[in-house]
Amino acid sequence: MNSSPPSSAVSIQGVSKTFRSGTTALADIDLDIQPGEFVSLIGPSGCGKSTLLRIVGDLIQPSAGSVQVNGKSAERARLDHDYGIVFQDAVLYDWRTVGRNVSLPLEMLGWSRDRRKARVQEMLELVELVGFESSRPWQLSGGMQQRVSIARALSFDPSLLLMDEPFGALDEMTRERLNLELLRIWEAAGSTVLFVTHSIPEAVFLSTRVVVMSARPGRIAEIVPVDLSHPRTVATREDARFFELVTAVREALAVGHGDGGARGTSAREVY
Amino acid sequence: MALRPALTRVLVFVLVVGALVAAWEGYKALWQATGWGWPFLVNDTTMPHLYDVVRAFWQPTTTGGPPLIRSLLSAALFTMKEAIAGFVLGAVIGFVLAVALAHVRFLERGLMPFVVGSQTVPILAIAPMVVIGLGSKGIEGWQSVAVIAAYLTFFPVTVNTLRGLKSPDPRAVELMESYAASTWSILWRLRVPASLPFIFTALKISATASVIGAIIGETPASIQDGLGGAIVNFNQYYSLQPTFLWATNIVCAMLGLVFFGCVVLAEHLVVRRPPEQLV
Repeated sequence: MNSSPPSSAVSIQGVSKTFRSGTTALADIDLDIQPGEFVSLIGPSGCGKSTLLRIVGDLIQPSAGSVQVNGKSAERARLDHDYGIVFQDAVLYDWRTVGRNVSLPLEMLGWSRDRRKARVQEMLELVELVGFESSRPWQLSGGMQQRVSIARALSFDPSLLLMDEPFGALDEMTRERLNLELLRIWEAAGSTVLFVTHSIPEAVFLSTRVVVMSARPGRIAEIVPVDLSHPRTVATREDARFFELVTAVREALAVGHGDGGARGTSAREVY
Repeated sequence: MALRPALTRVLVFVLVVGALVAAWEGYKALWQATGWGWPFLVNDTTMPHLYDVVRAFWQPTTTGGPPLIRSLLSAALFTMKEAIAGFVLGAVIGFVLAVALAHVRFLERGLMPFVVGSQTVPILAIAPMVVIGLGSKGIEGWQSVAVIAAYLTFFPVTVNTLRGLKSPDPRAVELMESYAASTWSILWRLRVPASLPFIFTALKISATASVIGAIIGETPASIQDGLGGAIVNFNQYYSLQPTFLWATNIVCAMLGLVFFGCVVLAEHLVVRRPPEQLV
């Protein structure tokens, strides 16, 4: 496939994005993600984290800089079906059953009916929705719908999972349960995850690294490595180290927000 | 369980029909008794008794001829043939046009005013041109009338389908793009299924419009075999036999309702939506 030496899962180099309106959403982003990593993007509204996710997914084009995914261009990676995407809303198709929603990408990959059927069963087991195959999306709760959307994203074994605030619309209890479930799935599937969130505890709990971004224009303010052990459990959330990391991310966010600290000031001077 | 809503429906229907009959006969009786001339003078010619209208179905239209109902039924079948052909033709043209407009932006800007404008031209003005023009090419009268019916049918289909094709959430489109889906694949797997509720709304409008189009199209085409011909015919004898025209009107309305009902039935079979979105 690729003759170059083992490469990063995602390599973002000097990416900027200025919209036609003149708004600079992202300025000079450099980020490297290793295969198997779980990286969260966190930052205030308008820091361009969703924009960055879309640039990585080749859904929008950067104004400057380049993105490499698995050693190839983002466009090539998209055409090679390297991406699975999960949005804040499940974006399920009402006119399809749960099972046929999960098999949508498989249909487009030209899988045979039998193979699709087997995979759908496998995926529904993974997200614990066995028996809901012929239900309609609107018959499920929000959390269940989001699990269907995750099953759909993982169904074709994409090497990179892009998640844009996937649990943002869910209640706290459902969110925490799905966090655990996502970690279990991630560990089983061995894929790389790029995860956009507003929630500091969620970012810390899930990630191997938390990328803290600042707004206007969106920059990387700080990268916080998360050294919590795996597998993470309910007990992880009560770990003293967990709280230290949550505090570290919160402080990095405050600095990035320009609420104090030398770094924030200097960034503004540069701008 | 399922029997009660059905029973309620029948009961409501009977009540509504009863109320309408009572309103008609009550109005007639009151205006005739008082001799009020506003907004118009009421007598057995302007407002015949409804039982006389019903009785008219079994009266022969010519001495020794078949009863009215038989000639009206065969006229309804003839008009139905035109309306069905026009409905299908108009729906297909309307759909294809909407797909083209949805995918080529300058087409939408350039063509849409003409699509709207086409509907402001009176059908009575273009019907003779269509019939004569197509007739000179050896196309049968009823087929020309179908074209006129299609002219009324395509417009709601185009407008609603266009809205439907554009209705999917931008993220649903992004999702398809992330699967490297072609425009064609996005059309058939996302845009068309998403626009089905919109299309059926249009088809319900078009169903009745195609019947009207067929009836009106027959008039300038001088086609005698359909309901349009019957209306023109009974119009001339209205002062002598008003009940025939009223009976014809009832058959026209029935035909429109049957068309509408067929579309509603098809919608229930095809569109699977959350119950609160089904109207």
